Amino acid sequence: MTIMRPQDILLPTADGLCCKPGGFHIDPIRPVERALITHGHSDHARAGHGAVLATQETLDMMRLRYGENFAGSTQVISYGEELRLGDVKVKFRPAGHVLGSAQIAVTAKDTCIVASGDYKDAPDPTCAPFELVPCDVFITEATFGLPVFRHGDAALEVKKLLASVALFPERAHLVGAYSLGKAQRVIALLRKAGYDAPIYLHGAMEKITAYYQSRGIDLGELRPAMGMKKAALAGTITLAPPSATSDIWARRFPDPVTAFASGWMRVRARARQGGVELPLVISDHADWDGLTATIAATGAGEIWVTHGQEDALVHWCKTQGLRARPLDLVGYGDEEESEPQPRSEAEA
Amino acid sequence: MNRFAELLDRLAYEPGRNNKLRLLQGYFREVGDPDRGYALAALTGALSFKHAKPVLIRDLIASRTDEVLFGLSYDYVGDLSETVALMWPKAVLPAHNNPPPPTLTEVVTTLRTLGKTELPKQLERWLDELDETGRWALLKLVTGAMRIGISARLAKTAAAALGDKDPHEVELLWPGLSPPYLDLFAWLEGRAEKPVNRDPAPFRPVMLAHAIEDSDFASLDPADYIAEWKWDGIRVQAVAGRDEHGQITARLYSRTGEDITGSFPDLVPSLRLPGAIDGELLILREGRVQSFNVLQQRLNRKIVSPKLIKDFPIHLRAYDLLGDDENDLRELPFAERRERLETFIGKLDDPRLDLSPTIPFASWDALTAARADPASAGAGEDADAVEGVMLKRRDAPYLPGRPKGQWWKWKRDPHIIDAVLMYAQRGHGKRSSYYSDYTFGVWTETDNGEELVPVGKAYFGFTDEELLQIDRFVRRNTTEKFGPVRHVVHEGDKGLVLEVAFEGLQRSPRHKSGVAMRFPRISRLRWDKPPREADRLETLEKMLKADESLPTIKVAASADGH
Repeated sequence: MTIMRPQDILLPTADGLCCKPGGFHIDPIRPVERALITHGHSDHARAGHGAVLATQETLDMMRLRYGENFAGSTQVISYGEELRLGDVKVKFRPAGHVLGSAQIAVTAKDTCIVASGDYKDAPDPTCAPFELVPCDVFITEATFGLPVFRHGDAALEVKKLLASVALFPERAHLVGAYSLGKAQRVIALLRKAGYDAPIYLHGAMEKITAYYQSRGIDLGELRPAMGMKKAALAGTITLAPPSATSDIWARRFPDPVTAFASGWMRVRARARQGGVELPLVISDHADWDGLTATIAATGAGEIWVTHGQEDALVHWCKTQGLRARPLDLVGYGDEEESEPQPRSEAEA
Repeated sequence: MNRFAELLDRLAYEPGRNNKLRLLQGYFREVGDPDRGYALAALTGALSFKHAKPVLIRDLIASRTDEVLFGLSYDYVGDLSETVALMWPKAVLPAHNNPPPPTLTEVVTTLRTLGKTELPKQLERWLDELDETGRWALLKLVTGAMRIGISARLAKTAAAALGDKDPHEVELLWPGLSPPYLDLFAWLEGRAEKPVNRDPAPFRPVMLAHAIEDSDFASLDPADYIAEWKWDGIRVQAVAGRDEHGQITARLYSRTGEDITGSFPDLVPSLRLPGAIDGELLILREGRVQSFNVLQQRLNRKIVSPKLIKDFPIHLRAYDLLGDDENDLRELPFAERRERLETFIGKLDDPRLDLSPTIPFASWDALTAARADPASAGAGEDADAVEGVMLKRRDAPYLPGRPKGQWWKWKRDPHIIDAVLMYAQRGHGKRSSYYSDYTFGVWTETDNGEELVPVGKAYFGFTDEELLQIDRFVRRNTTEKFGPVRHVVHEGDKGLVLEVAFEGLQRSPRHKSGVAMRFPRISRLRWDKPPREADRLETLEKMLKADESLPTIKVAASADGH
């Protein structure tokens, strides 16, 4: 009998994380025969795979973005449901990142590896909360893998936004937020804070936001920003993709206050680079405390660290007596919060 | 402290002056005494305590965190205070035992009296008690590196607005006030009488001039004006007054009210008559005014050595008198103040002070001639230090700020060239969606044939309408993008020609072209001109030679007193 090593179960390849005994890839960056997708962000969920296994929401989001024929075939899996694929068993568990996001637990013989995708352990009214999955090997993201990233309570950041709206009633507030997940979370947090005026949307986020609403997430009254008179936008809040807030598009707003909801806003230089006037530290990724607490709680003895600040997290794991290594996967972090985005000039 | 930190945080990101004012006013209204007073002091640079050295902050964080993690974090964030503020680990304290975070007052008053050895422990306690933003503000405060883009003037303006007062009123009182300014806020909120300025030698807000345009002359009558030379030095206010013991106190202020007496101790003995003189600080050697470049060598020196004083003898050329002994002259018409000034300077009879002469003229043509040739119009050997003429209405009272139609400055013609737009970059704040920073170049012959070489960068001079036009041009004619910078098409027959005006030229080994412009600005858009007809580097080199033979061309920088 041969002993199964973790890397016999999951192996980083040029196409992404590959499970040979199961015959599939997780979040592959190039078209493959069979893909398991953790969540709907475009750097994880790409079009052109033969077969795709994901949660209902993730599949719906891929359909919204890529059209009906984004994959040869699709299969829905629910949180907690177990499937056998080849020689392994897989289970999807909530990752708390965005609506429909999942960690994927892959078990072969007695070894369980959890590929957590992107995750956060902070509360989010727009998606199922992160579930801790005990495992032997935990694959963690490290987007905010430096101890300077501590995200705090998102509700306080929203309070900051509302205080600014009260202080500058004649100006428009333009909140840059990623279209999938962050925008809806910010809206939900605004509603939770008692803000019940209509919230305006950039055209690029109307479809995905309507999808969130169709899944029963209450976001209150939303209106397209398009076609509004400049003066009528005074004192309002508009959500837009980050690239749009410094674009020609922003000129339709009266003296806009440019906000940006992102974990990167914790660092001043980063906020200033993007011309942000009101940084809002709201992240859909675990912060340093979240990453380290989660790693410890999984009970895993081996940690694989991917996309982000791998060095610091690997170093930390080692100081805790855990085996750890960077995975060096490429191609992730392109949509969500990795870098301030290249600015698109498209009028949308 | 957390509320003050919040204010600093927000101010640091806000580019607009009016919006900064709103934030400041909101703070002053919301926060009570004495915290807001110490905040005002912090923002105006009026706090004095021994600053903590960066090494102390480093030691603190080293005792609390992993060295490798700190190194990686510092590398990423790039700012020591911010790195420490963000990664400072929460102290493990039982929840009911958490002391409340310190107030700004507590921090300031403690720092004033704290011994050097007690500082680390105290800082550590505060860092434990504050949140991220609070820690950041605390570290900025204790290291004395606030730098958040707020001038003292803006903070005072916001305070004045609390009581609907003119900021100049606050400015007048300011030298007699001290933190936490309880009397000031009491007056601003209508709870007390106006504080009395007991400073024997207070600063008076200065009066400034408008740049005159050709079209302005038509509506001006030469008989209404007195003309003087515009000197290329530093505008200062020299004030002397008697304190309660009858002793003379003398102070020298910059045009913004900064006390610069310490840099010019050699002038102080000459200010022995009570009064307030408005004038130009110059270096005189053998009775001749030296260029601004010479004066510059005496400025911003930390140590004013006897040698410096000897080699750069300071001189005050007076052009206005704001106070004569106890009498405030500012309400008097300029012509009367000028007479008082002449008497005052005569009475003082000091080699370090003299009168700035007036220029006799009967018509604008006569003044134009004088301005073109100051040497034969009375400036004599000092003509090289003349950067234009000043026109002052005879009946103008001394009004703080830049009142319309009272004082005019008429500088020498700027240099002008036609250059080609090469690169454009986004602006900041309100202009952040516009390409409003332009790098332009002129033609030169290189090994690769005719090429454009960048000679400068400008981001003002154009109208809002022109900005829109250039922005549109940039977006439609981008050839490459590098981060925020766009390469704009610039070929012989494709591109945009900009008429660029500037004050002077300098040789500059740092620039590929070898020359650097002073105060370049876009004066016109030459849509009509094909890029190949733009100017050549040789033209600039000729101008440079002309400038060098004529050492009068101005460094208007800090020198522009009027």
